[in-house]
Amino acid sequence: MGQVVLKGINKFFDGVHAVKDVNLQIRDKEFMVFVGPSGCGKTTTLRMIAGLEAISSGDISIDGNVVNELAPMDRDIAMVFQNYALYPHMTVYDNMAFGLKMRKFARSEIDKRVLEAADILGIGELLTRRPRQLSGGQRQRVALGRAIVRHPRVFLFDEPLSNLDAKLRVQMRVELKKLHLRLGTTAIYVTHDQVEAMTLGDRVVVMKDGVVQQVGEPLELYNHPSNKFVAGFIGSPAMNFAAVTVTEANGSLIAENSGLRIKLPDETAQRLRGRIGREVMLGVRPEDLTVAGGADLGHPCFDAVIEVVEQLGSEILLDMKVGESIMVASVEPTAGVSVGDKLRVAMRPSRLHVFDPQTEAAI
Amino acid sequence: MIEGARWRKWVFFYVPMALFLLFLLFPFYWMVITSVRPDGELYRPWNSINYNPFWTWKPTADHVRYLFEETLFASWLWNTTFIALASTAISLVCGVAAGYALSRLNFPFAGSLGTAIFITYLVPQTLLFIPLAEIIRNYRLGDTPWSLILTYPTFLIPFCTWIMMGYFKAVPKELEECARIDGASRWQAMLYIVIPVAIPGILSAGIFAFTLSWNEFIYALVFLSSPEQKTVPVGVTSELIRGDVFYWGPLMAGALLGSIPVAIAYSFFVEHYVAGLTGSVKG
Repeated sequence: MGQVVLKGINKFFDGVHAVKDVNLQIRDKEFMVFVGPSGCGKTTTLRMIAGLEAISSGDISIDGNVVNELAPMDRDIAMVFQNYALYPHMTVYDNMAFGLKMRKFARSEIDKRVLEAADILGIGELLTRRPRQLSGGQRQRVALGRAIVRHPRVFLFDEPLSNLDAKLRVQMRVELKKLHLRLGTTAIYVTHDQVEAMTLGDRVVVMKDGVVQQVGEPLELYNHPSNKFVAGFIGSPAMNFAAVTVTEANGSLIAENSGLRIKLPDETAQRLRGRIGREVMLGVRPEDLTVAGGADLGHPCFDAVIEVVEQLGSEILLDMKVGESIMVASVEPTAGVSVGDKLRVAMRPSRLHVFDPQTEAAI
Repeated sequence: MIEGARWRKWVFFYVPMALFLLFLLFPFYWMVITSVRPDGELYRPWNSINYNPFWTWKPTADHVRYLFEETLFASWLWNTTFIALASTAISLVCGVAAGYALSRLNFPFAGSLGTAIFITYLVPQTLLFIPLAEIIRNYRLGDTPWSLILTYPTFLIPFCTWIMMGYFKAVPKELEECARIDGASRWQAMLYIVIPVAIPGILSAGIFAFTLSWNEFIYALVFLSSPEQKTVPVGVTSELIRGDVFYWGPLMAGALLGSIPVAIAYSFFVEHYVAGLTGSVKG
């Protein structure tokens, strides 16, 4: 079992309100990812769950028991740190065995568990080495192994992959996912990388300035962001935003600003009925923009001038000037476009997002 | 070195280096040569024909023999060793504990307390020995090794604390946090993780403290009076300079033998010591 519940958690650091009224239920066996920009309170929240940071107010419970006052060692958790935190004076074996030795496990049991974990992680040959003789990826595995041998109720990960190079990070990401499927232990994972959040998480918590912005499955966050921050944070390249005024013409709704005038599709229009004559924030993802032609012509379209062409091989990113603002479109690599071209760009009508310009909440 | 003309290397590297070495090592050379030169040569007037201050053709062990047979040099060596080791041990235990507390336990005024401790190190011994002499007299410790073993820590503990504070700050906090999640209490985390990782720092603090107490002069001069209780620096200077007569041979032999243990301590720990000064812990 490993169900973690956070109820009204607050944290003050020297008068700074770092974590604001966080309420969360992390289910047993779930892989929960906390994501947000640096300083958003995600690591502090994790450290409060670990017991390394005192809670200013609220309750944290694991499997129904409130653990607010319990020391880290009594919470039955294991944590993997960003800088691995391997004990430099111990061999890999001793690093992994340390937690079990402290808990007075029998020598045979320690041996069994360490060898088993080393086998899972493929570090059997490294057991007699010291941390400084290992590469970054190997150190990461040892740090994981040290957590695995404990068979804890909850794994806590604090940006474990951010010290690895890009290629290794992708590889370890896949391995972490496999490991979670194999062990089935509840995991709470902190990262600032939205790709890690999307690929690893069963559910993702997006935080900003100590406040939980949205909790949901990765695709839910992608398809239905609850506010402008989540919309801009999840997805790469980031969503395009344009401030537009809603007007009515011939019974249908039009969104327009200095460089843009589009007829809103019915579904979006329905939500904006009450806002005629007012400003809203229109959001559309780069991958939902296409160079208009043929069937797309029925979609909402606008004119743009290409300023920069970024070739990625599998796609092309176009930085386009639309009126006064810049928008990014991700288009097929076969699209023959070059800098200075004037284009007609179409939006997928079902993929339009609208936000309130003041509260930034989705409409 | 960057590749360049050969003369450049000579002018900018070898020649300055040689001058520097000469400047640095000459006093030691002088000490060695004086301690093995017979008295006849030592007291020869500078304008005599065969005056040659930098070399001797008739080295002698007379001065060393004199030191051990005619003076209490052996007891001074033993006294100095005992006092230096004991005061270093006391200072290390206190310094490691205090350094850990000041750098890791978040209690109010930890920062200013650390600075205050360092300031006590800056109070000159030449001032401090006056009140300390009073205390030593009141506790009837005068003329015993304990008068030094208990007073040396007054400057050694602040020194060790300061070095250890810096060193503990360089040990990643996560190591200890990880140990505490792994099931260690704060004491166990300190004992099994933090202290082993900080060994280079402890060694450097220990070597420095040992050297400081080995070479200490003022307290030893003031608190010890009988010849058999003296330490090497005080014994050599008080027993081998009688009035205005300098027994140069035994003096230099004493200085040479007195500096050997320190030299051994340095060279033995030099690797750890350098690592301690650069304070690198790669995780």
